[in-house]
Amino acid sequence: MARMKFLCDAERCIECNGCVTACKNENEVPWGVNRRRVVTINDGVVGAEKSISVACMHCSDAPCMAVCPVDCFYKTEDGVVLHDKDLCIGCGYCFYACPFGAPQFPQAGAFGLRGKMDKCTFCAGGPEADRTEAEFRKYGRNRLAEGKLPACAEMCSTKALLGGDGDVVADIYRERVARRGTRGAEAWGWGTAYGQPPKGKS
Amino acid sequence: MSRPGLCAGLAVAFVLAGCMEVEQTAAAPKQGRYQGKPDTQPWANEPVAHERARWTKGDRGSWETQIKTRQLAQHEYMRIYQ
Repeated sequence: MARMKFLCDAERCIECNGCVTACKNENEVPWGVNRRRVVTINDGVVGAEKSISVACMHCSDAPCMAVCPVDCFYKTEDGVVLHDKDLCIGCGYCFYACPFGAPQFPQAGAFGLRGKMDKCTFCAGGPEADRTEAEFRKYGRNRLAEGKLPACAEMCSTKALLGGDGDVVADIYRERVARRGTRGAEAWGWGTAYGQPPKGKS
Repeated sequence: MSRPGLCAGLAVAFVLAGCMEVEQTAAAPKQGRYQGKPDTQPWANEPVAHERARWTKGDRGSWETQIKTRQLAQHEYMRIYQ
């Protein structure tokens, strides 16, 4: 049974922002909303600079789901965390709960009025009929329903960002780490997102 | 009952109808459970006609095989050495 996961290899990310551009283009994300972004730490420090591509990691035990006051989050059978925008009230609790800062809030009116939450969908759309205009307008493209993987991972030039079934992602990364002889600690966010078992399982 | 009295009675009943509390939901939502619309699974769709991705509609296994096959394109060692 496939469980969809992302893995960002900090040893390989070159901060090209190809993933950000791919996501923006594929889902026609509006200005002010970044479902994916690249974060660089120790910028300019020789040997210590690392970049990582950050978005919703579709956590095993997602904190956003736990704090939502209107229970608009759900997890698909293949482990993707999605939400119903018809139900979302834009309260921002999920933003405070998320360890990755994934939830985004478009400006919906004057004086900085927040709109409904928007986040990475693992290119899996949302609770509208698959591959329809309605789904695309609200949630973006549904690539999983087309038999494809998220655009960001497929577009990554150095394959720093891996996305798809967790077992296959782990196999690819394991072989990579063995070949380059590092400890494997460069899989940023993996433990935070998937270190806890799914809710209801021990 | 006199006509003004009847009119006054009807007017009072009409105004007080605004104070009535109408039940908004048939059943209280269960807290902690998803309250939104149901979603369909990706394997419940037909493959896109003009693309290479292939699986049998409704068969989760064949869809997962398609996804895993596509994932191996992210494995550059396999792409290069095979």
